[in-house]
Amino acid sequence: MSMINLKHIRYVLTENPLTLVSFSLFLMFVVIAIIGPSLVPYDPLASETQYALQPPSTLHWFGTDQLGRDIFSRVIVATRLDFFIALVAVLLSFVIGSVLGAVAGYFGGWWDRIVGRLLDTIMAFPLFVLAMAIVAAMGNTVENIVYATAIINLPFYARVARAEVNVLRNAPFVEAALVSGNSHFKLLSMQIFPNAMPPMMVQLSLNMGWAILNAAGLSFIGLGVKPPDAEWGIMVAEGANYIISGEWWVALFPGAVLMLAVFCFNLLGDGLRDIFDPRKRT
Amino acid sequence: MWKTLQTVLGRLLQAIPAIIGIIIVTFVLTRALPGDPAVYFAGPAADKESIAAIRHELGLDKPMYAQFVIYVENLFHGNWGTSLTTGRPVIEELGRRLPASIELTLCALIFAVVIALPLGMLSATRPDSWIDHVTRVLVTMGVSLPTFFTGLFFIYLFYYKLGIAPSPLGRLDVVYLSPPKVTGFYLIDSLIAGDWEIFFASLKQLILPAITLGLFVLAPLARMTRASMLQVLASDFIRTARANGLPARKVLLTYGFRNALLPILTTMGMVFSFLLGSNVLVEKVYAWPGIGSFAIEALVASDYAAVQGFVLAMAILYVMLNLLIDVAYTLVDPRVKFSGG
Repeated sequence: MSMINLKHIRYVLTENPLTLVSFSLFLMFVVIAIIGPSLVPYDPLASETQYALQPPSTLHWFGTDQLGRDIFSRVIVATRLDFFIALVAVLLSFVIGSVLGAVAGYFGGWWDRIVGRLLDTIMAFPLFVLAMAIVAAMGNTVENIVYATAIINLPFYARVARAEVNVLRNAPFVEAALVSGNSHFKLLSMQIFPNAMPPMMVQLSLNMGWAILNAAGLSFIGLGVKPPDAEWGIMVAEGANYIISGEWWVALFPGAVLMLAVFCFNLLGDGLRDIFDPRKRT
Repeated sequence: MWKTLQTVLGRLLQAIPAIIGIIIVTFVLTRALPGDPAVYFAGPAADKESIAAIRHELGLDKPMYAQFVIYVENLFHGNWGTSLTTGRPVIEELGRRLPASIELTLCALIFAVVIALPLGMLSATRPDSWIDHVTRVLVTMGVSLPTFFTGLFFIYLFYYKLGIAPSPLGRLDVVYLSPPKVTGFYLIDSLIAGDWEIFFASLKQLILPAITLGLFVLAPLARMTRASMLQVLASDFIRTARANGLPARKVLLTYGFRNALLPILTTMGMVFSFLLGSNVLVEKVYAWPGIGSFAIEALVASDYAAVQGFVLAMAILYVMLNLLIDVAYTLVDPRVKFSGG
């Protein structure tokens, strides 16, 4: 894995133009999430009912919604919230999942059985249904969407970490470190874990898209983010009522941007996998 | 034959820990749900005494482990509580709506398999060709589409703009009566009744939701087919078959596909997880009267007995489907032994 260098990255980016496109899109979304809210032309929460449900125009690029709010501004502002939810959720499950997986893979035995049982229980549910249940039980807040998304993603990281650690545990350099008197904790954190990182990173990118989709889905059915906050899923839900009467722009723009974000992460995940682990290409 | 039966039975036993896990999680959920369980198990018309009676009856005044035992007993006796919104037993409500959800999910699966397997095989026979790249982009787009958004877009296009789809409200247009109930699947029931008009009417209602749901699982199916076919096509017996001059079609379908089928079956677990989860969203968009839209109504009304019943039903359904896949696996490949886990 140490062979990953700039040359290889450049080769992958130029060999597969899709990866380049997704990487640029990703950068664009990050910039929007950071500085977007200070650039938008309208206040995303300000309603002007006399301009309700106006189709896209030069004044309102994406049109206005049922309360006369500017959809373009709302879509831009929502980027930060959606990315925040997905990023925190994925980081949480990355950290907890890799600790659980590493402990299970390194120590084996009872640790492995207990962690395995826990993961199997999570995986015994259709994951979106489990997320619904968690948010319903813990309460309808943004934090709970983050926790629910983190829990349902946990098994993926834990499994990757467990498999990697299990192999690396017996590698000669680990044994060398062990006989030179390093503690288990030091071995795991300094020797094994850094080497297990590349496959975990790929998983991270693939899961980001899924986490955004999951959070938006929960908001769509009324769990989590509450009106009037701007969030892609809830905006699509609000627009759903106007589709049948032909006001397509209310649902289309937030939905399309959501799709673009998820698409970008999925392509990026594929591209990263080609960089870090070419054998896994499907 | 006896061996196969033994492996199947062994696999059935292995589902037990999963079911125990599910029951524990739903038990914890009912205790964590906001509100007093006795109140919502009692139903809307309950007064103070009956709530107290139900609290005692449910054993809510007992320690946790005793409560758990009572909970499990209730589950096995089909006592899943009463729905606040409809005032009827949750298990009855779920049972009534389940066929609608299963019909939708299975049709979506059939759609996805019919599209994804040929695409995957085509990509595998021509790796890195334009068809391979186009397939990759298409299926990645499919898995990136929020199902609720695709559903709305389809409704706008096919119902509002083109006017070729029926109104997206449920399983059957209001002008028709539902077919006499035998299986609960409208497509099958209408055929049993010999009523082609109802068959086509319910098929028309079903097409858009099924495609919406199916698009989401094209990617895992197509990609696994491609990967698995690539591996099989590179193996020695395929080279031998080709060298012996067997027709390409026979090599691809009989020798290649059959052997590629097993890894595809293993991804079905994930496919069903996707399908059952997104099912909820698709049912909301198309006002499909299945258990998903029931759960959403229940969530809005804080009808927690119904929500808990829904989660339990979905999880059990998912475990059953996984079992079915594993049994199919055993039948397709008799070499499989499950004893190793």
